[in-house]
Amino acid sequence: MKIFGAKSARAGLDKAPSPRNAPRHVVLRVRGGALQFGERRLWHDLDFDVRAGEFIAVLGANGSGKSSLLKVILGQQQLSAGTMAFEGSPVTRGNRRIGYIPQQKLADEGAPLRGRDLVALGVDGHRFGLPLPRAARRREVDVLLESVGASEFANVAVSTLSGGEQQRLRVGQALAGDPRLLLCDEPLLSLDLAHQRAVSELIDTHRRQRDLGVLFVTHDINPVLDMVDRVLYLAGGSFRIGTPDEVLRSEVLSELYGSPVDVIRTRGRVIVVGVPDAHHGHDGHVHHDGDHVPDAPGSGDGVRR
Amino acid sequence: MSDIDWADLWSQVFNFTDYGELLVLLQNSIIAGAVLGIVGGLIGVFVMSRDMAFAVHGISELSFAGASAGLLFGVGVVEGSLVGSIVAALIIGFLGAKSRDRNSIIAVLMPFGLGLGILCLALYPGRSANKFGLLTGQIVAVDDPRLNSLIAISIVVVIGLLVVWRPLTFASVDADVASARGVPVRTLSIVFMLLLGLAVAVSVQVVGSLLVLSILVTPAAAALRVSSSPIVVPLLSMLFAVLSLVGGIMLALGGSVPISPYVTTISFAIYVVCRIIAASRARRGVSGRRLVALDA
Ligand SMILES: Nc1ncnc2c1ncn2[C@@H]1O[C@H](COP(=O)(O)OP(=O)(O)O)[C@@H](O)[C@H]1O
Ligand SMILES: [Mg+2]
Repeated sequence: MKIFGAKSARAGLDKAPSPRNAPRHVVLRVRGGALQFGERRLWHDLDFDVRAGEFIAVLGANGSGKSSLLKVILGQQQLSAGTMAFEGSPVTRGNRRIGYIPQQKLADEGAPLRGRDLVALGVDGHRFGLPLPRAARRREVDVLLESVGASEFANVAVSTLSGGEQQRLRVGQALAGDPRLLLCDEPLLSLDLAHQRAVSELIDTHRRQRDLGVLFVTHDINPVLDMVDRVLYLAGGSFRIGTPDEVLRSEVLSELYGSPVDVIRTRGRVIVVGVPDAHHGHDGHVHHDGDHVPDAPGSGDGVRR
Repeated sequence: MSDIDWADLWSQVFNFTDYGELLVLLQNSIIAGAVLGIVGGLIGVFVMSRDMAFAVHGISELSFAGASAGLLFGVGVVEGSLVGSIVAALIIGFLGAKSRDRNSIIAVLMPFGLGLGILCLALYPGRSANKFGLLTGQIVAVDDPRLNSLIAISIVVVIGLLVVWRPLTFASVDADVASARGVPVRTLSIVFMLLLGLAVAVSVQVVGSLLVLSILVTPAAAALRVSSSPIVVPLLSMLFAVLSLVGGIMLALGGSVPISPYVTTISFAIYVVCRIIAASRARRGVSGRRLVALDA
């Protein structure tokens, strides 16, 4: 039964690929993927491909298993069922061709760490021994810093940088080792609008230049709406994948959630209203994906610009 | 107040008669101080970046308990303090992955260790100077075998730190990304706790358990005030720790006061100077930025 489900989903997927990405090679392939913690089933029969140069936003309520999906791709979590292949072979831990950008956390003052050191950790932070200064390493770090527009604060203590500046460095760090796939887990969280824009444009630029596959977990699609090729929406243990126009519709999300959900498109923004809580027994926080408007808290129909 | 004989008091605190001879006698202590400074200054950088100052304090109290038990049962102070340190470090390492858990575990362990240590000391029939040495430090007691064991343990700690330096840095400042990049974050954290346990045990020998923080935390904290370079900070931190310890021992030589007030005072003075330097830099707007950017 699982196999049938997987097949039909794949058939539907292959029928309508977005034209730009159709000929690109597959970086990540997920087939029949399921993840379950004890009784709690996060998602199942998950089928999708990430192609080189493709920007996929991963949406879903709190607790729907978005971060867990990234953990599986990083090899930190085993699938309960199904397969996941990166560049043709099963995912492993610590793969250098996968870059990871978590949400911004203000760095601690207790660490001797400048901008360039954060980026350098991406280059060789996993190796044992002392980080001896080498010209080649320095050059590599300089190039990365330049490419994310962080040269100016390369020698500033990370703890004194703004959230946006820290995320720029994180992008540089993740690009070290020339990854084929970039996994971003809420990288815009706690950034102001200008920095949200800057950081997402930076990621967008690099995936085009480097033909990077990008899986971008976000609770608000709007900052990246005009950049994404497809949306992977996780809800109710199931999922939908397709272009934003295909997935972000009232019928589609209502079916996915099993209860009425309204998708409102207004002035280039998408607002999702009426999303039920992802699961029971959580902290009761109801998350309305897409209607997160930083300067209008609590208003479901906040519209900007 | 008028009862105090100031000249006598002064000679108790600073007394440099026969200094040359004393220096020779206490050569071992000075070497021990220098070695300890290197170990403490180096591991202190990670104590700071992993936010482990409280853990250091907790481990040192259990190390004190171990040392006191070693004294009471005749097993040996060094052996006892090593066992106490390592047991404490491993308990904190395994049970305290999250900082909130860690703090409560330490807060539970610390008074227990201190109480146990005091019990053992109370039962110990020997001289009271020996007893207090474990809490407040002693310089006369570093004989050759003790110096050798101290150097051997220190070498283990320094080599261990150098081997794991880079991944431990990654795991300390950016655990999520380090883990995603394949750094064995959990294993490294246990390895670090073991090294920290060893470092605390050797520090307790010299400065006493109450003042271990002045070697394992203050120098690194001072260095972090004046630099954020991952090369300069460890070097400065070691320099500060060696200065405090060797300087403290030299000053303490003639007086009859324990070594620790000298060490802690120098270490504190260095910290204050570093803060003043940092504050004056901040006033002048030195930040290391290449250009002054207008923040959008
Ligand atoms: N190792 C684990 N063991 C048990 N439950 C887990 C584990 N990891 C995650 N979960 C649970 O899975 C759910 C999904 O978590 P997560 O993937 O972080 O969701 P999202 O990122 O979409 O908010 C959460 O309810 C979480 O408690
Ligand atoms: Mg998450």
